[in-house]
Amino acid sequence: MSEKPSNGESGNGAPRVGVYVCQCGMNIAGTVDCEAVAEYASGLENVVVARTNKYSCSEPGQQIIKDDIRDHKLERVVVASCSPRLHEVTFRTAIKEAGLNPYVLEMANLREHCSWVHMEEPEAATQKARDLVSMAVARATLLEEQIEAVIPIARETLVIGGGIAGIQSALDLANAGYKVHLVEKEPSIGGIMAQIDKTYPTMDCSI
Amino acid sequence: MADAGRHPNIELITNANIENISGYVGNFNVTVTKKARFVDENECTACGDCVDVCPEVYPDEFELGLSSRKAIYQPFPQAVPSSFVINMDQCLGTTPIACGKCADACEKKCIDYDMQDEVIQLEVGTVIVATGMEVYDPTEIDEYGYRRYENVVTSLEFERLINSGGPTQGHLVRPTDYEMPETVAFIQCVGSRSVKRGNPYCSNICCMNTVKDSLMIKDHWPEVDVKVFYMDIRAFGKGFEDLYRQSKNRGTKYIRGIPGEIREDPETKNLILTVEDTLTGELQEHEVDMVVLAVGAVPRHDSAVVKKLLTLSTTSDGFFMEAHPKLLPVDAATKGVFFAGCAESPKDIKESVTQASAAASRANVLMAQGQISSEAITSVVAEEICSSCGLCVDVCPYHAIEVDKANKIPAQINEASCAGCGTCAAECPIQAIGMRHFEDQQIFAQIDAMLENDPEDKIVVFACNWCSYAGADTAGTSRLQYPANARLIRTMCSGRVDQRFILHAFAKGASMVLLSGCHFADCHYISANRWTQRRVERLWDKMEKKGIRPERLQLEWVSAAEGQKFATVMRAVEDLRTQVTAAEIQATQEALANA
Repeated sequence: MSEKPSNGESGNGAPRVGVYVCQCGMNIAGTVDCEAVAEYASGLENVVVARTNKYSCSEPGQQIIKDDIRDHKLERVVVASCSPRLHEVTFRTAIKEAGLNPYVLEMANLREHCSWVHMEEPEAATQKARDLVSMAVARATLLEEQIEAVIPIARETLVIGGGIAGIQSALDLANAGYKVHLVEKEPSIGGIMAQIDKTYPTMDCSI
Repeated sequence: MADAGRHPNIELITNANIENISGYVGNFNVTVTKKARFVDENECTACGDCVDVCPEVYPDEFELGLSSRKAIYQPFPQAVPSSFVINMDQCLGTTPIACGKCADACEKKCIDYDMQDEVIQLEVGTVIVATGMEVYDPTEIDEYGYRRYENVVTSLEFERLINSGGPTQGHLVRPTDYEMPETVAFIQCVGSRSVKRGNPYCSNICCMNTVKDSLMIKDHWPEVDVKVFYMDIRAFGKGFEDLYRQSKNRGTKYIRGIPGEIREDPETKNLILTVEDTLTGELQEHEVDMVVLAVGAVPRHDSAVVKKLLTLSTTSDGFFMEAHPKLLPVDAATKGVFFAGCAESPKDIKESVTQASAAASRANVLMAQGQISSEAITSVVAEEICSSCGLCVDVCPYHAIEVDKANKIPAQINEASCAGCGTCAAECPIQAIGMRHFEDQQIFAQIDAMLENDPEDKIVVFACNWCSYAGADTAGTSRLQYPANARLIRTMCSGRVDQRFILHAFAKGASMVLLSGCHFADCHYISANRWTQRRVERLWDKMEKKGIRPERLQLEWVSAAEGQKFATVMRAVEDLRTQVTAAEIQATQEALANA
C-alpha cells in the first residue's frame, strides 16, 4: 500500500484520486507485479492513495474504497482490475454509496486486456499495467459528474394502423390497462387480413 | 376486430390521418384528423336502407374492383365500426335538391351532409407503428399480361373470388365468362426475388398462400386441375411442410420453373404458359383457364409520412428498420416507438400477431415504470461556437439533432433521443459539440499518458464498448496470447473517434494506431460505424498527402465474440509496428508539427 499525507488538496487544486490495484487472487497478480503498479500509481499526479487489494469486487474490497473516500476525501476513483463491462456497475454503485457521483469512476482493465493475454511476459505485462493505470488516472482527473435525468412517461399509446398487427397490439395494451388510441386510415379496421378468407396453417376464417 | 371495437380502453379513430407528431419518448404530442364520414357512426345501425336508394355506383375497393358499391356504403359486412360512410367526391349532392335520397331513407336520421373533419390532439407515451404493407402491382411484367388478359388475376383478387363473402359468393369462376375453370395455374414469386423487376427480397407469405389456395380449390372443387409454377417452395414454418405435402397428395402439380410468357387464346380466352421445367430441362407449354399471380408484399406507398414524423429509418427494401436485427427486433431507433406486422417486413398472420404482442410488451415495459432515466452520456452543443452548418444533423443515426441553417440557429440536441454514440462530436469540424463522459480532453489525456514514455513501442487502440472492447475481453477470457504493446482506449462507439485523436497519437510518436468497431450490421448505434469508415478513408487520404504511410492507421471490425480475431489483429498490427522506423516517426512528427 502506498499512501500520501491526506491533509488537504492533492497539491494543485485538481481532484483527489484514489487508485485500487486488484490482484484478483492470482488472476492478475500471477502475471502482473501489482505492488509495483500500486507503488507507481502513488507517484502519479493527483493520486493521494494507492493500494493493492486481493479482490476489489468483494464486500471487504468495496468497503476499503468507501472508507478511503471518506477518510481521504477522494473525489475520483480508479479501480484497476477486470473489464468495466463486468464490474463497472459494481464500483459505480459502491462509490455512489460513499457519496460520490457514479460517473467519477474509471477502470483500468488489468485482467482481460493484460494479465490473461500476456501470461508469458510478466515484465511487459507489468509495464502495460503501469500505462493502463496512468491513462486511467489521467482520464479520471478530468471526469465530471453526470446526471441521469428522469423523464415521465404518459401511460397512453398511439397505434398507427388497424390491421391484424395493430389490433393485436391495441388489445394487449388495452387489456394491460393502458388507454390506446387506434388510428386507421380507412373507414374500418381490419386491413388486408379482412380481405382474406381462410388463413394458413389452420385454414380457418380470418375475421 | 369486434373486440377492439368494443374495448373500453381502446379509442377507435377510423377514416383518419396522422398529421403531426412531436415530442419524444414518454411525451409524444400527436395531431390526428378524423375525416368526416357524413354518417353518425354511433347511431348508424348498418340497416342498408340508404344504399338501396343511392343512385351512384362505383367500383368496390374492398373487392378490388371485382364488384361495385354505392357512394354511401359499408366497406364490408363485418366492418368495425359497423357504420356506413359517404364518399363525398362521389355523392351527387349535399342538398335535397341535388339528391338527398339517403338522408330521406334513413329513419334514424344519421346522415349529416355538413359533418366536418375533426382534429384530435393526443398525448401518448409510446407509439406502435403497424402501418402494414401493399401487394405488388404486376402490371409492369408485361409478358404476363395482367390487366390485358382478364383471366390473369393476382393472389389477393383470387382471395376475393373464392371468399363466400366476395363478389361471387365464393363460387370459383373466371372473370371472362363466369364459368368454373378446369385448370388454374399459380405463378410464384411475382415481384419477389428478382433484381430486375419487382423486389430482390422473398415476400415470405406467397408460397404458403398458394399452398392454402390449392387446398381450398381441392376441398370445394376436386375436379379442378391446379398447377403451381415455382422456383423454390419455402414451407419453413410450423405445420407448413405438412400442408405442402397435403397439397401435393391432393393432386396439385408443382412444376419447378417460372413461366417466361403468357399468351391468350383470343377465342377461348384460355391462357398458354411457356415454361422451362428446370428439373428436367424440358421446354413446356401449358394451356390453362385461369392464372393466379402470387404477388409479393411491398412497403406502403405512403409510409414516408410516418417515417418522417417519427424520424424512422428504412432498410434497402423500403420496410422500416428495427434498432437491432437480433436484440431489438421490434424497437425503432426512435425511443418509445415499436413496430408490429408487415410495416417492418412481410410476414404472415401468426408472425404479425407475435410481433404485435412483442411490441405491446416492449411498450408496456416502458410505460409500466411511469418514468425512465435518460442516457447521461449524450452530446452537448457549445452554442457560441456552433456555425449551424448542419453536418451533425446528417450523421446522427437517431435524428436527435435539429439545426436551422437559414436562420443560423445553433444545433439543438434532443437529449431524450440522443443515444450517446458521439459521431456528431467527431464529425463537427469546429469542435462545437462535446460528448459527456467522453470529452476530447479526457481522451487526449489518455493518449498523452500512454505515450509519455517509449511511444514508438506503443500501439494506440480505440475500441468501441459494445463489440471491439468486448472482443478484447473475450480474447482475455479465452487466454489468447498476443504481444503486449497495445493499449486500449474505450469509447462507446467507433463513431466517437475524432481524426484529431489519431493525428495527436502520431504527433506524440506512436508507431501505429488501430481503430476498431462493430461489424456493420451489428453497430449498436444503428449505422454510426459507417461514418467511422468514411472518416478513416478521408484520414488515409490526408495522411498520404502529409507523407505518412496510411498503413500505420488500421481499421478493423471485431465483434464481441471474436476474441480469436482480436488476437490475430493484435499480432498483425504488432508486425506492422516493427516495420515503423525511428526516422519515419520523426518525419511524421515534423510533418504534423508543421501543419
